[in-house]
Amino acid sequence: MAIESLMLSIAMAIAAGLVGSFAVMRRMTLAADALSHVALPGIGIALALHIHPILGAAATLFFGAFLVWVLDERSHIATETIVGVVFSTALAIGSLMASPEDLIDALFGGAGALSWTESIIGLLAAAAIVAFVLTQKNRLAVALVSKDVARTAGVDVSRLNLLFLFAFALTIALGLRYLGVLLMGALVIIPAATAKRLARNLDSMLRIAVLAAVVATIAGASLAAWLHRETGPLIVTMAAVGYFASLLKRQG
Amino acid sequence: MSLALDVQHLSVRFGERRILSDLTFQVPAGSSLAILGPNGAGKTVLFRALIGSLPSDGSIAWAPDTRIGYVPQKLDIERDMPMTGLDLLRARTTLARHVTPRVEIAQALALVGMARATAEQPIGTLSTGQFQRILVAMALVSAPNVLLLDEPTAGLDEPGQEQLNALVHRLQQEQNLTVLFISHELNVIYQYATNVLCLGRSHVCLGPPTRILTPDVLHEMYGTSTDYHVHGH
Repeated sequence: MAIESLMLSIAMAIAAGLVGSFAVMRRMTLAADALSHVALPGIGIALALHIHPILGAAATLFFGAFLVWVLDERSHIATETIVGVVFSTALAIGSLMASPEDLIDALFGGAGALSWTESIIGLLAAAAIVAFVLTQKNRLAVALVSKDVARTAGVDVSRLNLLFLFAFALTIALGLRYLGVLLMGALVIIPAATAKRLARNLDSMLRIAVLAAVVATIAGASLAAWLHRETGPLIVTMAAVGYFASLLKRQG
Repeated sequence: MSLALDVQHLSVRFGERRILSDLTFQVPAGSSLAILGPNGAGKTVLFRALIGSLPSDGSIAWAPDTRIGYVPQKLDIERDMPMTGLDLLRARTTLARHVTPRVEIAQALALVGMARATAEQPIGTLSTGQFQRILVAMALVSAPNVLLLDEPTAGLDEPGQEQLNALVHRLQQEQNLTVLFISHELNVIYQYATNVLCLGRSHVCLGPPTRILTPDVLHEMYGTSTDYHVHGH
């Protein structure tokens, strides 16, 4: 793997660990996974219009995040149900729009060569996500425990939720090249789930999640190069190995 | 006497359902208001309207420079996560950075009588009583002059309830706080409340506990003929 590609995948893993920690604590695991599927029609549209597929994916992901936010804020219908229906439909429609080769890359990731522009934009996006989670950590933590307490502390909970969903969407967009639509959700969720089992406080949760995501990414990418297999599935497999290892630790 | 809170014609509705209608009351600064009523009468809804979490009609006027410490009855999530009491206190303190006077975490823990080692445990491993103290301490690090407590002793054993009630009362005296609390415990209301606001099925009443907590009012409010033992304090 080229150096810029390695740097970008590590940056992506750091962002995934941080965003995933709060996603797991907020119990939006399912919604998070379904939301990542909405990238597919975006990729399809982008390919049809001959623009960069990640741009198309980012556009539909942001739209999907916005939709989840509106549903959460406005409706009393079970968000999970709507998310499941809408975003699985997006996956179906997206599959119809892409050619078979493009589809496999979009679903499971396919690491082609990166241009410097792509690398720099990717690194900037990762830095923005990391900065968001680290500066908003306290607001996110208080809002997680009680939105009402957060409001009395002057936190605009609704705006914070929207920004978190956007950070989540951006994280997914970052990982599409390596992991694809189906697997990127897993790199956000699994290392954080591992950290939730092992950590005893918030900072250790964030640290362990980042570490688990980075180790899985490097190990997966190295194995892929060695075994001549696809990178994405191996990264997720490595993350899952970490999770199953964490099950050996008794909780309590 | 100056007012901490002036509520005029407050109404809250969820769709077609009216939860609160035309509620008017005042809370003098430094006093303690108990809110009493059967389940579903809108006690928590009233609190959430007062802190601006729910849309409402009418007017809610807090005194200038009001800083609210809110102790919720229920959390939005399960407690089984890697977050310690100290994490929560630190997070809440950071959000109150601009507030003066500052209340340090150590000070808040001392006020609620909790050892730092206990606060360093994950919140999932704390007892209900310990966790309630963390929630009160979280409210205290915001250096509040008003405390809103939503059934703070629910789920505690009797000694735990007494300790927490005494704690809130002591804080109120020491720091001259205005306290609004939701409670079903008549003896607690007798002991600590300056006034009672009862949210009944058909009408609302407000006044000192000795005048409000009569068998007739309680019967009307709860709709049952329970025997209430009233201590003469």
